Amino acid sequence: MKLLQGKTGWALLIALALVFPYMVSNTYFLSVMTQSYIFAIAALGLNLITGYTGQFNLAHGGFMAIGAYAVGLLTTDYQWGFWTSFVAAGAICGVVGYLVGALSLRMTGHVFSIFTLCVGYIIYLLIEKWEDVTHGAVGVMGIPAPTGFGGLEFESAKGQYYLVLVFLILGAYIMHRIVHSLLGRSFVAVRNSEALAEALGIPLARTKRLAFVLSVIYAGLAGGLYAGVVRFLGPDLAATHHTFELVMFMLVGGIGTILGPILGSILVPWLTQSLQFLQDYRMVVFGPVLILLLIFVPNGIVGTILHRRARRAAALREQAQAANAPAAASSTPTGARHA
Amino acid sequence: MLEIRGLTKRFGGLTAVNNVTAHFEAGRINAIIGPNGAGKTTFFNLIAGTHAPSSGQIIVKGEDVTGMRADQIARLGVARTFQATNLFDQASVLDNLIVGHRLRTRSGLWDVIMHTPLLKREEKLCREKAEAALEFVGLNHVAHRLAGDITQEERKRVAFALALATEPDLLLLDEPAGGVNPEETVGLADLIRKLVDHGKTVCLIEHKMDMIMSLADKIIVLNYGEKIAEGTPAEIRSNPLVIDAYLGAEHAEA
Repeated sequence: MKLLQGKTGWALLIALALVFPYMVSNTYFLSVMTQSYIFAIAALGLNLITGYTGQFNLAHGGFMAIGAYAVGLLTTDYQWGFWTSFVAAGAICGVVGYLVGALSLRMTGHVFSIFTLCVGYIIYLLIEKWEDVTHGAVGVMGIPAPTGFGGLEFESAKGQYYLVLVFLILGAYIMHRIVHSLLGRSFVAVRNSEALAEALGIPLARTKRLAFVLSVIYAGLAGGLYAGVVRFLGPDLAATHHTFELVMFMLVGGIGTILGPILGSILVPWLTQSLQFLQDYRMVVFGPVLILLLIFVPNGIVGTILHRRARRAAALREQAQAANAPAAASSTPTGARHA
Repeated sequence: MLEIRGLTKRFGGLTAVNNVTAHFEAGRINAIIGPNGAGKTTFFNLIAGTHAPSSGQIIVKGEDVTGMRADQIARLGVARTFQATNLFDQASVLDNLIVGHRLRTRSGLWDVIMHTPLLKREEKLCREKAEAALEFVGLNHVAHRLAGDITQEERKRVAFALALATEPDLLLLDEPAGGVNPEETVGLADLIRKLVDHGKTVCLIEHKMDMIMSLADKIIVLNYGEKIAEGTPAEIRSNPLVIDAYLGAEHAEA
């Protein structure tokens, strides 16, 4: 466990991810992993608004679909280059997210969740019914793979794997910066208590909107990568169950942590894949496993580990402090004495 | 410091605060007392900007703040504590306090992603302010303890520290000694005096009459949303209206 802490832990995980293509013989595993990483990027985004800012957004899958369709349609129907379309996907999601956020974040708690659930469904309907633009149920075909540059190609399974991995690492790093900064502290303050956050001078509407926009940009870029890797899109991508999959990844891995959503996005599909041999019965096993996890590891895998470690670190630092200042620490704090 | 003119708040058919006019001088301890449901917390919510008043005016340091948002009022130097403080229990006490000075900083998303010198400077500043606030309330020794593991009295002090980290001039304390034992109450009263000694103005809601009578410079009594009395502890104690509405006979004798 020691090894998995801090920078060493991350370096180890990255090294493992780098050699992974050479450990598997089958490109199928490689493409499963690539898709896991794509969903991990989206889950990282969802975790910012839900895990760190406390607003349970259920339109997240819809925003991933918007990003995917932006890339899919711009590259095929409008002959844009992949990377221009990719940047546009992020920008479109940011703008739509700002508008949806400005409206939906006026609501709190369950009302917000139900509202965004409806927004997600409207996005699905728009994609399915607006045939002139989205091709409706036929979907978008023949999406080009991401254009290579500097001698790199992203046509092969390996090339795509590394491309997506780079985005995941970058996304996780930026997320790390955000949540461990003063800005991230503002988000967490909003999650803990909106009334208290506001009393501390944190502008609620602006802070929540920023978290929302950032989170859906992650979804949009993940969608853009999805379009370039899978190269075919159907309206099903916007279906509500994708959002709930992202929620599941986040909860299993650990809500409100960086590594959690990533780990969840890799472990959960792996688990469902390995239950494939049970065929129709696999959900009978998977369901109870999920319920057991939520009961016994409510903070998720990473959340539980981090919580234990925080408690241990707190005890150690307190001991160290007591050792440094024995006189101050030994005077038992009754109210009157230290006022 | 704080000037209230004809302040009224109606929730539908209920008038929670009714035409209250009051004046709070700088550097004093002002108490607001009254029976449950008298509108005390609503009164605080109006001053702090949580609710907009139905009518009336709120003037802080000569500036009309009526209708401003809570975060804007906080930036003008009005801090408040709540009856219960929601802390992030899985982080240390110090970690919980760092956000308290966020309102005096200006680094945004760009600074965060690029990790600019401004951000580093402001993060350091916020940490220092948090440490200073913790020192002030006498909780240095629990700085690294998880917020979920501290006592009720320590929680009250952390709430004070959070309010202090915003660098306020006026502190609104909602039942600062609620749910702590008599000995700890004395300690918290000392802490409130210390705030005033350091140039802060305090406004508090409290039910503990012994504490209020020895602590407050001025008391305002609310009943059914209306101000029924105002004065020094001695005046309030002998006011028949207050005895009838709230205090009862035993406190009048004391």
